[in-house]
Amino acid sequence: MSSNPSQGIPLRTIHEFPGGVHPGENKEQSTRTPIATPPLPNTFILPLNQHSGAPAELLVKVGDYVLKGQMLARANGFVSSPVHAPTSGTVTSVGMHPVPHWSGLEETCLVLEADGKDQWCELDPVADYKTVEKDELVQCIHDAGIVGLGGAGFPAAVKMSSRKASKIHTLIVNGAECEPYITADDMLMRERADRLLGGIEILQHMLNPQEVLIGIEDNKPEAIEAMRKVCAGKDAIEVVPVPTKYPSGDAQRLIWLLTGKEVPSDARSVDIGMLCYNVGTLVAIYDAITEGKPLISRVTTLTGAALHQPGNVEALIGTPAEHLLEFAGIQDEQFDALVMGGPMMGHTLDTTAVPVIKTSNCFIAASREEFPPPPPEQACIRCGMCADACPLSLLPQQLYWHAKSQNHEQLHHHNLFDCIECGACSYVCPSSIPLVQYFRAGKDEIRFQKAKSEKAERSRQRFEQRQKRLEAVAAEKEARRKANAEKARRAKEAKAAAGQSAGQNSADTSAADAKADMIKAAMERAKAKKATRAAGTDVATASSGKPARPQLSPKQKELKIQLSVVNAQIKKCERAASQAGENSSPEAEKLQADIDKLKQQQTQLKAEFEAASAPTEAPAKPAKAELSADEKKHKIELAMARAAVKKAERAVTTAKESDSDQLQTLQQQLEDKRRELARCEEAV
Amino acid sequence: MDTAIYALLALLALALAFGALLGFASEKFKVEGNPIVDQINDLLPQTQCGQCGHPGCRPYAEAIANGEEINKCPPGGQATINALADLLDQEPMELDDEHGVEKPPMVAFIREDECIGCTKCIQACPVDAILGAAKQMHTVIADECTGCDLCVEPCPVDCIDMVPIATTTRTWKWDLPKKQTETANLIATDTQGELV
Amino acid sequence: MALIRQTSPHTLGQNKTSHIMRLVLIALVPALAAQTWFFGWGIIINVIWCSVIALGAEAWILALRKRPLSFYLRDNSALVTAWLLAMALPAAAPWWLSLIGVGFAIIFGKQLYGGMGNNPFNPAMVGYVLLLISFPQEMTSWVAPLGSGISAPGIGDSFSMIFAGSAVDGWTMATPLDILRENKSLTMNELWQNSPQLSGMTGLGWFWTNLAFLAGGLYLLKEKAISWHAPAGMLLALAVLSLLFWNGTGSESHGSPIFHLFSGATMMGAFFIVTDPVSGATSNKGRLLFGLGVGTLTYVIRAWGGYPDGVAFATLLMNMAAPAIDYWTQPRTYGHRKPKRGMAKTK
Repeated sequence: MSSNPSQGIPLRTIHEFPGGVHPGENKEQSTRTPIATPPLPNTFILPLNQHSGAPAELLVKVGDYVLKGQMLARANGFVSSPVHAPTSGTVTSVGMHPVPHWSGLEETCLVLEADGKDQWCELDPVADYKTVEKDELVQCIHDAGIVGLGGAGFPAAVKMSSRKASKIHTLIVNGAECEPYITADDMLMRERADRLLGGIEILQHMLNPQEVLIGIEDNKPEAIEAMRKVCAGKDAIEVVPVPTKYPSGDAQRLIWLLTGKEVPSDARSVDIGMLCYNVGTLVAIYDAITEGKPLISRVTTLTGAALHQPGNVEALIGTPAEHLLEFAGIQDEQFDALVMGGPMMGHTLDTTAVPVIKTSNCFIAASREEFPPPPPEQACIRCGMCADACPLSLLPQQLYWHAKSQNHEQLHHHNLFDCIECGACSYVCPSSIPLVQYFRAGKDEIRFQKAKSEKAERSRQRFEQRQKRLEAVAAEKEARRKANAEKARRAKEAKAAAGQSAGQNSADTSAADAKADMIKAAMERAKAKKATRAAGTDVATASSGKPARPQLSPKQKELKIQLSVVNAQIKKCERAASQAGENSSPEAEKLQADIDKLKQQQTQLKAEFEAASAPTEAPAKPAKAELSADEKKHKIELAMARAAVKKAERAVTTAKESDSDQLQTLQQQLEDKRRELARCEEAV
Repeated sequence: MDTAIYALLALLALALAFGALLGFASEKFKVEGNPIVDQINDLLPQTQCGQCGHPGCRPYAEAIANGEEINKCPPGGQATINALADLLDQEPMELDDEHGVEKPPMVAFIREDECIGCTKCIQACPVDAILGAAKQMHTVIADECTGCDLCVEPCPVDCIDMVPIATTTRTWKWDLPKKQTETANLIATDTQGELV
Repeated sequence: MALIRQTSPHTLGQNKTSHIMRLVLIALVPALAAQTWFFGWGIIINVIWCSVIALGAEAWILALRKRPLSFYLRDNSALVTAWLLAMALPAAAPWWLSLIGVGFAIIFGKQLYGGMGNNPFNPAMVGYVLLLISFPQEMTSWVAPLGSGISAPGIGDSFSMIFAGSAVDGWTMATPLDILRENKSLTMNELWQNSPQLSGMTGLGWFWTNLAFLAGGLYLLKEKAISWHAPAGMLLALAVLSLLFWNGTGSESHGSPIFHLFSGATMMGAFFIVTDPVSGATSNKGRLLFGLGVGTLTYVIRAWGGYPDGVAFATLLMNMAAPAIDYWTQPRTYGHRKPKRGMAKTK
């Protein structure tokens, strides 16, 4: 209509999302003062995993002196992000330290002792980003360690580097900040609107979107005003106030509010041509490109009834929370719970020793009246208020029943994994059921079971492959044996054809021979065994007792092995003895005797070991080592011949057992092999 | 008389029609099921530990299919027994103590400076999760280890420990909320403190 | 310092189950006043008596089940059941009738299923139907309404009727729905002229009682204690069907839509019975269907069934259908193209 007197900006239709809640905002406490800079703490704690994805990989070691802005750990894999030094100082340790995590468990952190100089390393800003290729800028953003500062901590560069990012038509700037208490984005927009605009323009250059929509909840009129002011005259950028309703700050909720488009549950927003960045992330991108500064600080809200001076601070990453709380005037007698993030989705922390990480948008030091312990859970009366509050139109109350009974198929069926854990359902539940915890437990259990069954499947495959391999080896052996037998049979037939006269009484004699041979072989084997056993206790014979070994291992090593064997035996005996002792069995004494014997052996071995380690044993070695090439060859031949005899003997035995008609051939072979063995022995 | 014949004919026709329908339906909507052994095997934990007295999980699955008791799998514990009972339509039973007790998930750990490189554990490992060669130090691929214990016994120098798998921030999981109202004599002020 | 650890969200809304139940009780007050005005003090006595029975029965079973007493008694749900049943019973119902009805409702209709939240059927209707089937004589002996020529009983008379078993015959009259049911020969005009308890387009007293229930229901809607879907469904179905089958003013008449909407337990059912969240459908679409079902069945039973009023039976029948309705009316989840139907397929 031509009569429209306004500035000509068409009013954007706001697409209300279903559900949502209006918890008490509590934002005014922390917006009274501008963003402050707390004093430099002495110690910084830098977790290697401050983002979603793989933990960063350490680049420095304990004792290293680092400068402010220096990269301390690099991205490890595609979805990962580096960590930089927030100030200059010395790396004093790397180890486990409490981090902001639901579990209260510890993670690997790097501890940096500040030297107070706060000296920057050399920065490498991009002079004019408009002349630089997109890929290079993406790399800059990646190397600056920038992750989504809204809460999820997804690496910012990964989002924009996907192939689909070339088809982005809408850039959504998320300044909704729907969580109660948090005002970090609000203050950032009020005070740093120009830098935020700079970040938007960098992304406009990189992604070339048709329009940029800045969504801000209408409870932040100052921020809306500030953004409107800097964006005046920019055609493609529009500041859109959205109605105040939790959780409008969720990226997909905001996309829905601003455009009415829905991100399919199996896709990401980039798949429908949209990218959403938090305002803080964009300011960080601006700083990284134009000043070369990596992400080493962020705006964090410090609030809660236990703080004397709530407000926002520019906190260096790694600053212990207690340092900031001290700065904001913590009142210990009021202090009951520490929450990182907002009251709807933030998590309680066990200790104030946790550091500020890249995703710490808020610390709430709450009094007991503020966040009272949850009232006892009552029975679900199926009132359906949770379903009305759910921004995704899930059925929380159905999910609750199925989560409670661990019915995983039903949970999948009711789209549990679409749940964003915003807490709106728990908030409205008249029976005070901690629904979100049920859903988290359900999700974790499903993930755990999946991992478990995947591992079981892998184990099964490995087991089956191993089984197959063993079978294949056995089959190969069998095939070789058969082939040999076949060959021998043919040879024998040829022989038989050549001289029939010799075959009259061979059957009798050969059987007798074979028996005698076997006895002999067994005796030999026993001898060898005795020798090795002697080697076990007596080092002098040990070296000579194993002449067949082509390469003599150093004496010390052998002794060491024996020593460990004896040690292990002692341990086992002792264990047995203690058990026997408990049951007061008669065996205990015998075991004790064994132990004593073994201990004697042990001391003996130790002494010998030490003697062997001494340089005096040197002359003994060369004698062994100086085997001529010829001798060596013979020895190898001998060993092979022995093995062949053994094999043949075994074949004969099996043949006898099965009454095989190949007996004669085999015995013939055995005879041949023996002759060969004798020859070898002579040679040696 | 005619009515009787008509009635009979009608019944016959109906019987034929419904018979054909049922036959068609049973063909069309036939349930393609795994053979029972595969289904049982899928429920077993695949630790291949042999505590059940069979050389691996699949042999035990076969034995169960042939009527063996379902309570001989300590690594699977009560959860596996329940799942098997559900599958086989039996009453769930207690784990048979003869075959071991339920333990938290474990992983083998080789004290590497004590290892002499004898390869005995490698031969014992049912899932090839130990790396090493003769006279070389061995090590366990922790991700593939099923915690079956089978490598501990053969080690001549006793350098393999079974250690429980530690919870990290990556493996930690939420528990269901405690059942508060199930406890007797609860009053509203009794629930202060930890919920999780 | 020991900081407490708990799951998010850390702040909760102020809405509590006991609060919702209290709202329901408050919303019942206008109807209670109207009933007392038209049918005498018996209603008040019954409400008190039923409350005592309900709390006693609840406490007894909770003690047997080893559940904390004060925690559960304070949720007010037993009181709601007691009040609804008391207001559905005839004003002169003898004490043992209430005892059986309320006792059965609380013990069998609610606690034996696992207490609040676990009962598949509306407990008050379970109790009511039991009484209706077992004691049809007592259940249809309604005190004659004010203005019908018989003066309403005072407190003393009410007490003796309820607790001393004194004869009620002198005080009672058939209800409008009963009259319509039993009528075989008279046209509507003749019927209205011959029956002192019929006046205007509906029954004497019943119109105002229903109006009072409607007012209470509107209050609940305003307080967001209930959603409009189920009541709208039920009233819509009843209105449409009674309009469709309204066969004039002859002796075969099923009654006008206005008559049906403002007779018997229509408004009470629409705003206080079918809105019971525990035994009803959960999604808004499901509630609409649930209400339509109750309305339809109520009319069918009134017009062609064996009982004068059908709200209780209709509610119980639809309670049985509630899970099925829930499975087939799941909303479409954000990011999914189609809503899911039915149950997950199990292997």
